Amino acid sequence: MAYSDKVLDHYENPRNVGKMDADDENVGTGMVGAPACGDVMRLQIKVGDDGIIQDAKFKTYGCGSAIASSSLLTEWVKGRTLDEANTIKNTEIAEELALPPVKIHCSVLAEDAIKAAIKDFREKQS
Amino acid sequence: MKSPIYFDYAATTPVDPRVAQKMSECLLAEGNFGNPASRSHKFGWEAEEAVEIARRQVADLINADPREIVWTSGATESDNLAIKGIAHFYQKKGKHIITSKVEHKAVLDTCRHLERDGFEVTYLDPDSDGLIQPEKVAAAIREDTILVSIMHVNNEIGVVNDIAAIGELCRSKKVFFHVDAAQGAGKIDIDLEVLKVDLMSFSAHKIYGPKGVGVLYVRRKPRVRLEAQMHGGGHERGMRSGTLATHQLVGMGEAFRIAKLEMHEEGKRIGALRERLWDGLKDMEEVHINGSIEHRVDGNLNVSFNYVEGESLIMSLSELAVSSGSACTSASLEPSYVLRALGLNDEMAHSSLRLSIGRFTTEEDIDYAIGKLRGAVEKLRELSPLWDMYKDGVDLNSIEWAAH
Repeated sequence: MAYSDKVLDHYENPRNVGKMDADDENVGTGMVGAPACGDVMRLQIKVGDDGIIQDAKFKTYGCGSAIASSSLLTEWVKGRTLDEANTIKNTEIAEELALPPVKIHCSVLAEDAIKAAIKDFREKQS
Repeated sequence: MKSPIYFDYAATTPVDPRVAQKMSECLLAEGNFGNPASRSHKFGWEAEEAVEIARRQVADLINADPREIVWTSGATESDNLAIKGIAHFYQKKGKHIITSKVEHKAVLDTCRHLERDGFEVTYLDPDSDGLIQPEKVAAAIREDTILVSIMHVNNEIGVVNDIAAIGELCRSKKVFFHVDAAQGAGKIDIDLEVLKVDLMSFSAHKIYGPKGVGVLYVRRKPRVRLEAQMHGGGHERGMRSGTLATHQLVGMGEAFRIAKLEMHEEGKRIGALRERLWDGLKDMEEVHINGSIEHRVDGNLNVSFNYVEGESLIMSLSELAVSSGSACTSASLEPSYVLRALGLNDEMAHSSLRLSIGRFTTEEDIDYAIGKLRGAVEKLRELSPLWDMYKDGVDLNSIEWAAH
């Protein structure tokens, strides 16, 4: 299968790889997918008092498109408010990375991951 | 060094230059281009002679009578002809067939097709080494069983079944025994005077012959009869009509001749290369060989690198032509059905890689592959949340994953 240049770029040079302390009350963690399905994404965000995402980190077990989708997402959410980040659609990720139809589920997983991270953060705050 | 380096000899092999030379002599007007079925002139006679030499060369490698060799278009056609041919010819005796879950798709899909035609098929489980135990075959044989079809060597994991023992028990129960030997010929000795095998499928392109040609061995004593699948001019004693492709057949004959001469030396060399490869990988954490190590062809290494996903691994190994046990690349997210049948969990099946070594692999190639593999696995584990969790001592089975 031929990968787009953007997928290859994120795969070769993934942005924001890492792990944050999941117990930190300013950190939201979203882990989605399942090993049995061949992809698991863990996305973490650090949110400032102003409600803006200051930092984002990810680790992904999965194909190149899944790694690229999560890497791209960490770039996009930084500097956005939670509400803005919550509106990111998988179709935008798929379009940016030029994912083929069989890889659309990777972008869906990335959208699920940011939503899960935001939900986790909000639950901690309340 | 040429990149990518070929490590997929189990998928196909390049044609040996000696084979290509023989084939090229059977194409042009000044060459041996005649129709082997033409009985009225020298062009036909010469082509027929070349075909009969090739038939003997194939028969010689497997210690068979040349009259037991039926030319086909490849092992897939041979499997189809054997299984459907027996099923339809002998269906009045019974409609039960036994095979295994780890057969090639050419066998499995043919059996599925027969199920729709009213046949009943038993699919045996392999043991955790990937082998089909003869006792399991014995226990599955019934009054109405007409055929057992078990592969010689598995294409994904390279394990070698005890076809001698399975053959003995099939013969004692008067059940026909078909063996797909596409991955075994030229690697393991096959002696059909000793083996109680009634039908055996072969392919040329797995052993440095051309694609598009194969053979079905059909035993004469005790006689095996088949219903033809291809009708026409009555070639191959009515079992497979169609003009014989002289150049293809000559190519297969030459490939089998070379195999008979060189297979033992070559096996030793390839076995040593496989050892070298495994020696370069086995000290890594969480690396496992899939399938029996003891009962295995020399050129196959099928390994799982736990916590690394197969497709991304292949993506980072663009300098190596290898094959993944996970079928993600073919647009389905199913892990290999062979590895699943061995009892591997999905993530281990997803994390697997098949490297197959052959005639043109060098030590330099192996050392290069070791370096690339180690680097890629290390990089992807850095990226893997599962590796993190493993390192933190989290039991992945304790987590409730949301399957999607």
